[in-house]
Amino acid sequence: MLCEECKKRPAMVHFTKIVNGKKMEKHLCKECAQKFGEFGIKFDEDFSISNLLGKFFETSEPSIGLEISHDEKCSFCGMTYREFSKRGKFGCSQCYSTFNNRIENVLKRIHGSSYHTGKVPKRTGGKLRLKKEIMALKQQLQNAVKEEAFEKAAELRDRIRQLQQQLERE
Amino acid sequence: MSIKNNIKISKWMEGSGPESDIVISSRIRLARNLMNFPFTHMMTQKQAEKIFEEVKETIENNSVLAKDIEIIKIKDLSLIERQVLVEKHLISPALAENPEGAVFLTEDNSLSIMVNEEDHLRIQCLYPGLNLEKAWDINSKIDDLLEERLTFAFDEKKGYLTACPTNVGTGLRVSVMLHLPTLVMTQHINRIFATIGQVGLTVRGLYGEGTEAIGNIFQISNQITLGQREEDIINNLKNVTQQIIDRERSARDYLMKERSMHLKDIIGRAYGTLKHAYVVSTKEAMELLSNVRLGVDFGLIEGIDRKLLNELMILIRPANIQKFYETELDEEQRDIKRAELLRRYLGSM
Repeated sequence: MLCEECKKRPAMVHFTKIVNGKKMEKHLCKECAQKFGEFGIKFDEDFSISNLLGKFFETSEPSIGLEISHDEKCSFCGMTYREFSKRGKFGCSQCYSTFNNRIENVLKRIHGSSYHTGKVPKRTGGKLRLKKEIMALKQQLQNAVKEEAFEKAAELRDRIRQLQQQLERE
Repeated sequence: MSIKNNIKISKWMEGSGPESDIVISSRIRLARNLMNFPFTHMMTQKQAEKIFEEVKETIENNSVLAKDIEIIKIKDLSLIERQVLVEKHLISPALAENPEGAVFLTEDNSLSIMVNEEDHLRIQCLYPGLNLEKAWDINSKIDDLLEERLTFAFDEKKGYLTACPTNVGTGLRVSVMLHLPTLVMTQHINRIFATIGQVGLTVRGLYGEGTEAIGNIFQISNQITLGQREEDIINNLKNVTQQIIDRERSARDYLMKERSMHLKDIIGRAYGTLKHAYVVSTKEAMELLSNVRLGVDFGLIEGIDRKLLNELMILIRPANIQKFYETELDEEQRDIKRAELLRRYLGSM
């Protein structure tokens, strides 16, 4: 897509402006976007998302929404989303939260799920381990009730109570 | 019988364990990364060294982990020595290529802790036969012991965070190495493998991703690592493996009953060739060894056990054969030395 202003350079910045529920779009190259005063954004040479969004929130009216196809960048390792898509590898563990919104579907496509149900680190995952164990026991309790195995259900109930108390203490 | 040589025998080659006529080995691998470091491919040399030191300290300070374990740094190995470890399935090809990589390897080779692989840590347990529960049990314990000192990158929702999104969650790869000669002969194999893909599993060759299946040996492993519990992933793979074992057994029974002469002929010719050939390529050797293995399973060939066949299967590989003869060999020389080795161990029976 070419820039709507100069019609020469490729459009790098895409604005969506919503005024009274009416959507307007504008596609500009970096240079023209810089000149474009309407949105009240001045671009730095450093074209990072945090910078851009930061400036946007500083200057914009609350009714204006902004959509940017420019690359997100991980603040810890510097990996951009585009780089990740190209390599298929994240740069660091923080990339998972940086790109969280965009990878949810990727993970679902690969694994059919985006939620971990397996092992939790023994030392650092204390509370989470308890929570997961309680959840698993509650499931067992439901099954026991369904099967009318009341003795087992009572045992499970006591164990759940015990773990819940432990969770509160921690 | 075992081969006396300069190459140590790995536990997985023992040819023992449940279903060992069909399942050669069972492998469990966990991927783990340390918090506050970029992933391996983004690290500086300094960071890679720091990770190695932290892991080393953790292992050395734990009496269970430190027992009978040897530290091998990739940069201290020659290219052939690196490849020897890859061919024995003790390290991954990716680790062999990283000069900052290292492996902590137990005496019996059943445990390898790889450092600075695609992930900071790859913990691998490798056992003979169908032995996934045991391998998982040990691997999970090793994981816990390492975690006593190391802090792993873990997210409540996404689980263990890995460099590649295909490993995230459990970080678990479960695989079995299967010998399926009669499913190949009867051409049932393709239909079975087409079904496997539908239950979240994948089939690979002897050396994993992108490698050709030679000698009727296949590796089946899980693809999904997120959303299922480790035990479920392992059970799923075990159940499918059990079904494949049953199919292979019935194909063997069928061929022995209906095509007995034909089958015996294939086995006898393979054995004869291995005993008397002077030039043998890796691929040919693997195919012939597969048929001899089948002959051993049927009781048609005596005096040879699976252990010897497993050892030979590795010793004839390009790097191992050079290590065995302690000399560099080009392809043509290797084919000659390979035949010599096979004659020596199979011909003298």
